Amino acid sequence: MPKRTDIKKILIIGSGPIVIGQACEFDYSGAQACKALKQEGYEVILVNSNPATIMTDPRMADSTYIEPLTAEILELIIKKERPDALLPTLGGQTALNLAVELGESGVLDKYSVELIGANLQAIKKAEDRELFKQAMKKIGLDVPRSATVHSLKEGLEVIEWIGFPAILRPAFTLGGTGGGIAYNIEEFKELLERGLKLSPISQVLIEESLLGWKEFELEVMRDKADNVVIVCSIENFDPMGVHTGDSITVAPVQTLTDREYQLMRDSAIKAIREIGVDTGGSNIQFAVNPKNGRMVIIEMNPRVSRSSALASKATGFPIAKIAARLAVGYTLEEIPNDITKVTPASFEPVLDYVVVKIPRFTFEKFPEANPILTTQMKSVGEVMAIGRTFKEALSKAIRSLEVGSYGFEEIEASKEEIIWRLKNPNAERLWYIAEAIRKGFSIDEIYELSGIDPWFLNNIKEIVEIEENIRFAKNLKLNEHEFKNLLFEAKQSGLSDRRIAFLIGKKEKEIRQLRSQLNITPIYKLVDTCAAEFVAYTPYMYSCYEKPYFKLDSSSSLHDSDAPPTDNLKKVIILGSGPNRIGQGIEFDYCCVHSVFGLRELGYETIMVNCNPETVSTDYDTSDRLYFEPLTLEDVLHIIEREKPLGVILQFGGQTPLKLAKALEANGVNILGTKADAIDRAEDRKRFKELVDKLALKQPPSGTATSLDEALKIAQKLGYPILVRPSYVLGGRAMEIVYDEESLLRYMKEAVKVAEDHPVLIDRYLEDAIEVDVDAISDGETVIVAGIMQHIEEAGIHSGDSACSLPPFSLSEEIIEKIKEETIAIAKELEVKGLMNVQYAIKNNEVYVLEVNPRASRTIPYVSKTIGVPLAAIAAKVMVGKTLKELGLTEKIKIPYVTVKEAIFPFDKFPEVDVILGPEMKSTGEVMGIDEDFGLAYAKSQMSAMGKIPLNGRVFISVKDKDKPAVVSIAKDFIDLGFTVIATYGTAKFLREKGLNVETINKLQEGRPHVLDLIKNRQISFIINTVFGKQAQRDSMYIRRGALNYKIPYTTTISGASAIVKAIKRLKESEIKVKSIQEYHREVTG
Amino acid sequence: MKKAILVLKDGTVFEGYSFGAHGESIGEVVFNTSITGYQEILTDPSYKGQIVVMTYTQIGNYGVNREDIESNGGPKVEGFVVKEYKDYPSNWRSEESLGEYLKKYGVVGIQGIDTRALTKHLRDKGAQMGIISTEDLDPFSLHKKVLAHPDISEIDHVSAVMCKEPYIYHEEKDAPICVVYDYGVKLNILKNLKRVGFSVYVVPGKMPAEAVLEINPSCIMLSNGPGDPQILTYAVENIKKLIGKKPLFGICLGHQLLGLALGGKTYKLKFGHHGGNHPVKDLKTGRIAITAQNHNYCVDISSLKGQVRLTHKNLYDGTEEGMEHVEYPIFSVQHHPEAGPGPNDALDVFDRFMEITRKNL
Repeated sequence: MPKRTDIKKILIIGSGPIVIGQACEFDYSGAQACKALKQEGYEVILVNSNPATIMTDPRMADSTYIEPLTAEILELIIKKERPDALLPTLGGQTALNLAVELGESGVLDKYSVELIGANLQAIKKAEDRELFKQAMKKIGLDVPRSATVHSLKEGLEVIEWIGFPAILRPAFTLGGTGGGIAYNIEEFKELLERGLKLSPISQVLIEESLLGWKEFELEVMRDKADNVVIVCSIENFDPMGVHTGDSITVAPVQTLTDREYQLMRDSAIKAIREIGVDTGGSNIQFAVNPKNGRMVIIEMNPRVSRSSALASKATGFPIAKIAARLAVGYTLEEIPNDITKVTPASFEPVLDYVVVKIPRFTFEKFPEANPILTTQMKSVGEVMAIGRTFKEALSKAIRSLEVGSYGFEEIEASKEEIIWRLKNPNAERLWYIAEAIRKGFSIDEIYELSGIDPWFLNNIKEIVEIEENIRFAKNLKLNEHEFKNLLFEAKQSGLSDRRIAFLIGKKEKEIRQLRSQLNITPIYKLVDTCAAEFVAYTPYMYSCYEKPYFKLDSSSSLHDSDAPPTDNLKKVIILGSGPNRIGQGIEFDYCCVHSVFGLRELGYETIMVNCNPETVSTDYDTSDRLYFEPLTLEDVLHIIEREKPLGVILQFGGQTPLKLAKALEANGVNILGTKADAIDRAEDRKRFKELVDKLALKQPPSGTATSLDEALKIAQKLGYPILVRPSYVLGGRAMEIVYDEESLLRYMKEAVKVAEDHPVLIDRYLEDAIEVDVDAISDGETVIVAGIMQHIEEAGIHSGDSACSLPPFSLSEEIIEKIKEETIAIAKELEVKGLMNVQYAIKNNEVYVLEVNPRASRTIPYVSKTIGVPLAAIAAKVMVGKTLKELGLTEKIKIPYVTVKEAIFPFDKFPEVDVILGPEMKSTGEVMGIDEDFGLAYAKSQMSAMGKIPLNGRVFISVKDKDKPAVVSIAKDFIDLGFTVIATYGTAKFLREKGLNVETINKLQEGRPHVLDLIKNRQISFIINTVFGKQAQRDSMYIRRGALNYKIPYTTTISGASAIVKAIKRLKESEIKVKSIQEYHREVTG
Repeated sequence: MKKAILVLKDGTVFEGYSFGAHGESIGEVVFNTSITGYQEILTDPSYKGQIVVMTYTQIGNYGVNREDIESNGGPKVEGFVVKEYKDYPSNWRSEESLGEYLKKYGVVGIQGIDTRALTKHLRDKGAQMGIISTEDLDPFSLHKKVLAHPDISEIDHVSAVMCKEPYIYHEEKDAPICVVYDYGVKLNILKNLKRVGFSVYVVPGKMPAEAVLEINPSCIMLSNGPGDPQILTYAVENIKKLIGKKPLFGICLGHQLLGLALGGKTYKLKFGHHGGNHPVKDLKTGRIAITAQNHNYCVDISSLKGQVRLTHKNLYDGTEEGMEHVEYPIFSVQHHPEAGPGPNDALDVFDRFMEITRKNL
């Protein structure tokens, strides 16, 4: 069946901002789909609110709308563009839910838009727990005992026969939001009430607990001709009870016999047929009772999912790209396998390696959050590693995580703590397993406690044993040959040089030299979909250690290393940004991918190194050659030694590659772009101060303390409040604003380790200053200021968490000019070649430099989308010697519109955490609003962030004393706009004194009805709540959590409140309009 | 760990470690790309005379049980080559470890070698004879032994694996009788014949056609089996006598023998098809089945000059995967619809056997 010619224009919905449960895997899938459909000649219309994505690049689709993902906006776009079809299966749960909404409200019918990929009925059948269960029973598949309830009463009835522990899953929520396990009736009631609220259809599934069962996933694809293939099988290391996104997972399946695997495969095929997914990929999950093999089907995602991205990277089978082609009518047989070229996509990939995925958590950002892993996803990113064996892949995955671990480091823990850590799933369980083994726990004991299959545990035991042999190698009195064998075994099991060095008390460098002498070096193998049965043409590689083989007629040993490097002299290695985490996310992958685009245009061979399976950079057709490897010095040096590139680019991958700069340079590696010394001058406080002084710039007074005494002295000198933080961090880790000596003492004791080599930085905190972010590009001669972003929230709130506007909305021409001049001066002084980001604070008409980062910043994609210039691609070209003049980039880019970037937070996943913002970054993603003025652009950014902006109703205000004067005009504006205002006693009194008509409401402690009652009854449409001090913050947390849980828009800053008033005013004045980014860019002059 | 060496006929040497039995073993070295199903592969009589290399790297994970076998009496492979074998199986049905199992049946295994390098070598240079030894560790001496050994195409391995006496596998009242010519039949074929409702009589591959016809079966099944079909003249001669007399079905070697009996030719593939992921298209229905494959030889259907129609095609390399006679109720497939190991996508071939048999009762 050839592709359809009756449809010409296809609408693709993206997944919006990066949140827990929906990360950049959907940028990967959406970008693949756009590319595939455009290649097929379709006109592609894309909607996504997330500017940090590759998919929203103007060239990926024909018309790209960076607009809020709401049904209302989607209808406007559909009305304007009149697409023939909507492909809803590539934008995660967000796109699927929107498609359902548009279908059910009749919009799709009204504009004759056909759903392709999955129809409404199939989506519902897969997503509605009850319908799914019935469907599975109908085709004879076993399902867990369960019932769907819509009320607490119903729930209490069914729990009688389901029994404890029971699992609760609210329907239609992202990443399992609101799910949980109840062990008793009290917990059950609590979880059920919350789940009913969170589910958009007030429906919760209560299930028999399968805790401790083995969990499996199959990635299934189906075409129009009803051919079905299984792309990948995945076995979870963590048994049932941990969300699969939070589980360590392994591909392929390890502990099922063929008969058991085929039963699962047959069931998956039956399921996708019964559900009726027309074409494309689905993810199907199974649980197996380890005692007797009883297999039940758990759930099915009728769309491309996080696991699909993993499966694509694990097998080399590009699920999203093929799903897009299947959706327009091709069959699997008609689509060639890119890797082998000669075989079709109607096959099942086989692996001759093992893939391990480990999730990356950021509990350190949310110390109040419950660190036990449950059925609600909590991780913010993941790494994948490939090795010939599970041991090798696991070891590589551990060091890919960048959590300071290079193997199974020793943990000081009591037996009780180890037992607790094994029993309760947590982010560090893997390391506790190793510690338990070292402490003499048997595999059976660890299995009993953790439910993790003994096969995995035995593998970990082997790694621990190798580690111990190395540790005691001296005592073992090995001869050189025996030691060489031990070292080889260690490397073959994935052990890092750093870990080996630690174990035998040597330096990492010495181990590298020793290996080189002993000829123990890695070789590279291909991910080829077919276990070498056919020749593969795509250089998608991973490292491993293999014994050489021989020819009888020759004395030399042979190593089979796939895809030998080219002898091209124009080749560049780009180091990626590793796992997503708070502070370093998709923005950096965007920059890495753009640097590839840029260099390719100049005819360079591009070589990508990264370990994040969710990204576009790890797509095998993004760069010329792809190394799916950890981003550690050891692994990177191996690749550089093999490839011998012209140079290496570190500037685009955030802190991950940057922290290798010194060591790479010491190893003689040519680092392209800004010199490592310039990076050091910007990052080293003392040297930075010298720089600031030299250029006669202003900096908030500051000091560096290497002891508690010193810190106290500096603080006294600077005067409170002060901003304190450890040096060399990204994302504001452990940064705090301190108002008095007592708090400083606490901070120094609890939050940081202060020492000679771990200095603590102390700045005078500029209260109520306006913060400005500047991105500039420089070729060493010319510096161009690409974007000046004014933050909405005041300085002191992490720049990554603050909303910002481009161009600035309240800065004078004079200040803007000054900022430009200073930026240019800094770039010239540092001889920046490439990108540079500077953060300024403006107070009393003075410009202070806060921070200089001579590298790609988080805001590069946002600025690039705003001004229509691919900054990262241009920066890459500059780094290989092009001038900005040659590249045609000149001064003065004038945009006749405004964009606002807003941060998105994961607070809904951490019920114990307050939503108050501070200097420590907490956001996971971002959205962008774009429109003709600040009010409308801000309105759109807030619609993207909160879903809906209230245009009338009741505004609740409770602010700290300092904010009271400022809130008056805001309250007045709200009243003028037709809102009523209700406030807590103090705020209400203040506002009334200023002549405003304000109602009063009790705080929680003051009796009923109180503000929480109003929130629960949805009698409040907007909340403004600011607090000062820890105690006040604790006392009022219920207000903010209430806002979050009941989805009432809120702000915790005065600046946010004042911006929202502007937005509401503009929304009331004018109708909301949509315009594509391509249309906007045509308006750019310069 | 005890050392082991694998030497190929072309002089390529892989040094690894022993697992399973100690000793020495010669066979044709072929690779299999299945991820699961090592026990079925080991016990598949079609592997008689062959040393199997598993391309998947972790073998032995789920141990060995008494159910997942394709023949009685233990493994039929000559030797087993894996990247990593570990002695800690984990599965609720596991009864012993793979290592113990191989030891019990005297099968020599080698592990710790670069199986991908070996696979690529076999892919590029072709399947060839090889030797594994844990005793003689001199590669030159082992190479001489390989060179002195007859090639797989010169040995009748079928005689070694077929049943010695006829037996009834399954008897059901009023069910059509299917006589299975046993050239090394897999148990899953017998199970599937039973599943679709046959009484299943198994006879040795050498039983004269006349004796088979005396049983008066409703149909005859030509089983899978090891080696080159061209040297099995006795089988070809017997099949010739059955053409047109009874419905005939062939699987794998049975398919090849049928091709020869019809006067066609067979040819050898460079490194064969061994695995569980090959797409095979049913040319009548257009449906694609992911199939289990295990063969080094193919029928050249064009050599049958209009006697048969091509019914199935391999989408990987376009090779012939099935045929049916234009006149008689005779059809055969090159792949393994019975799976074991591999996908069950093509199981309906057995239902078709039954359908055609009933039509011709």
